Amino acid sequence: MTAAFDEMDGWGGGEPRAAYAKVRAWLAEAPPELLQTRRAQAELLFRRTGVTFNVYGDPGGSERLIPFDLVPRVITSAEWGRIERGLIQRVSALNALLGDLYGGQEILRAGLIPEELVLRNPQLQLAVMGHRPSKDIFVHVAGVDLVRTGPDDFFVLEDNARTPSGVSYMLENREMMLRLFPDLVAGAKIAPVETYPDLLLETLRSVAPESPEAEPTIVVLTPGPYNSAFYEHSFLADKMGVELVEGADLFVRDNIVYMRTTEGPRRVHVIYRRIDDAFLDPLFFRPDSTLGVPGLLAAYLAGTVTLANAVGTGIADDKAMYSYMPEVIRFYTGEEPILANVPTWRCREPDSLAYVLDHLGELVVKEVDGSGGYGMLVGPHATKAEVAAFADKLRANPEGFIAQPTLALSTCPTLSEGGLQPRHVDLRPFVLTGADGVQVTPGGLTRVALTPGSLVVNSSQGGGTKDTWVAD
Amino acid sequence: MLSRTASNLYWAGRYMERADFVARLVDATTRLSALPSTYGGDPAAWSSAIAAAGVADAFEQAHGEPEESAVIQFLTVEPENPSSIRTCVERARGNARAVRTGLTREAWEALNGAWHEVQRFGVKLPTARVAELTEAVQRTVSLFDGAAQRTMLRDDAYWFLQLGGAVERADNTARLLDVKYHLLLPRDEPVGGSLDYFQWATILRTVSALTAYRWVYRDSVKPWLVADLLIFNSRMPRSLSCCYDQIVHLIDQLGAGSGRRGPATRIASQMQLQLGEKDIDQVFASGLHEFIEAFIVENNRLGAAVAEQFAF
Repeated sequence: MTAAFDEMDGWGGGEPRAAYAKVRAWLAEAPPELLQTRRAQAELLFRRTGVTFNVYGDPGGSERLIPFDLVPRVITSAEWGRIERGLIQRVSALNALLGDLYGGQEILRAGLIPEELVLRNPQLQLAVMGHRPSKDIFVHVAGVDLVRTGPDDFFVLEDNARTPSGVSYMLENREMMLRLFPDLVAGAKIAPVETYPDLLLETLRSVAPESPEAEPTIVVLTPGPYNSAFYEHSFLADKMGVELVEGADLFVRDNIVYMRTTEGPRRVHVIYRRIDDAFLDPLFFRPDSTLGVPGLLAAYLAGTVTLANAVGTGIADDKAMYSYMPEVIRFYTGEEPILANVPTWRCREPDSLAYVLDHLGELVVKEVDGSGGYGMLVGPHATKAEVAAFADKLRANPEGFIAQPTLALSTCPTLSEGGLQPRHVDLRPFVLTGADGVQVTPGGLTRVALTPGSLVVNSSQGGGTKDTWVAD
Repeated sequence: MLSRTASNLYWAGRYMERADFVARLVDATTRLSALPSTYGGDPAAWSSAIAAAGVADAFEQAHGEPEESAVIQFLTVEPENPSSIRTCVERARGNARAVRTGLTREAWEALNGAWHEVQRFGVKLPTARVAELTEAVQRTVSLFDGAAQRTMLRDDAYWFLQLGGAVERADNTARLLDVKYHLLLPRDEPVGGSLDYFQWATILRTVSALTAYRWVYRDSVKPWLVADLLIFNSRMPRSLSCCYDQIVHLIDQLGAGSGRRGPATRIASQMQLQLGEKDIDQVFASGLHEFIEAFIVENNRLGAAVAEQFAF
């Protein structure tokens, strides 16, 4: 594979990038032992706080730390300005798209998206067809994954419009850097991220349904302590000062949602739910689910409770739909997309399928409704047998997959056994949409693939994280 | 507050308190059983320890005759024992983790620290490390109490956590008295220099009140005064009386917001009233053992009433 763009050093041999001047000087001065000591300290602090995630399929069922790398990832204010505009444009288009798909479906009549891709998509929730959520907002929280391949080349990899996670790490990583390297952080004039919980709370309050109560009651709905992101659920509830509830803490009477409290039932107006559509309400979706609340969907349709994100957003972050995003943006905003899509082959199209099957060894192939790095093939890193097995899966169900070129993701210096080494990174900024508009917290979560050469950054696959700075 | 959150905090409080009690019980019993029998060393010391911890049946089913090293294993690190130190801390943490938002970061870190500390000892504890474990547990439980006291808002979360601690504390002291009551009965003969001194001292140590005893009574250790201290002295934090003053206060606080009263409010006030009206002579006259047994039953009823009143 060709050499990758490095966030600190640029193209190999070229000029080091100005944004990293402070970090570079710090790394040059800091004795290697100090970095190792600080790293051990960070791990201890995270473990003590219990900043952990649970790994599915791990027989220990244990809590693991997401490895934290000390070397920050820096984005200049100018770069960020463009990313921010691009994200606002894109998430606005996603909300317009969802309003349309569950409403008049003009985009289908305009012929921009194949009808069967929408109408036969299991992610389209027929139960909410025609329902207009509060303030017409579907995606209140998006975690858009970006990758970079050159100085000005940012691509959107995924839109994550369902229940994106990772924002707690964005916040904890900054806290950790402040604790470990206060001078470095103070000297760098970094745009703050700590307002995120306040902004999230404001966003949720702004979409509360009309009700006689003066103050809307907001809750975070978690599947429980065994969920991989439970720490984050409790973290956000805590920072917002709202209750963290499980399905069994809620009940519905006369289409109104209540929580069971020590002082009797209390009405709930907005649910920031961190469980998937399929588990929300056993009466409508999966009857075997014990995570949800019977009657919740009826209350939602009656408009007495707001769910964030809305029911049915999965249709918009389906990876086959992703490939149409440039057209979607032009259709609803009348503007050219500011952030590019990664070129995508839709395996549902016979010509594309043929191409993908011929080039499996050099492509990345993903399930259209997958997430978390599960069930994907990274061609250049797969064995012949894995490629052959994947080809069979692909032929059996071409609609289920898309393929993309293997991008030379940018690298960032990362502390490893042999000192500082380049490792591939991506970026997940968090985008909030409320009644008063769209906001993006500067930076986001940088995920880093810790294995040399690896392109898979997902924490469920052993990836780590870095603090992300937006600075001049 | 969510009923589930209240229940989790209440039980986190109970389990931390129990972990601390079992640690002190192991400590005090180790001292007692190390004495030669001519100085009051008690071959039955470990049987009474498992009885005071409320796990005599469970132990005998698993191990038969109580023998020192087996009992210590069972009380400290045995995962199958629902009241071992290890299990208590694990359950306290499980409860707290489910309601992270109910605790401050400081309180959670202290509790999580206690868990890491106990995990360090594994499930086989060499005799040489017993004191290290019991010391670590007592220290981390205090750390947790301190962190909660210094950082938590005085609202439902704090009160439920404290309520669990107080109900458990009352239960622990009562069970200790239940096992040892025969040592505390007044006798006709003068007691000075009795070999039972070490038994009484062990009781006091288990509730960390040996020094407190001297401050309160300025007297050598007399069994009836030990009973008085543990039951009626409302300044002694582990006395039944002090626990019930606290319980009544906490339940009042919890109801203050809504003005609601319930079965727990009633039972707690009745218990407080009884403890206030009686004195140790009356208790001896009507039977110490009967008094303690009745107390344990009522205290359990109170636990059930708390769950009912706050819809756990």
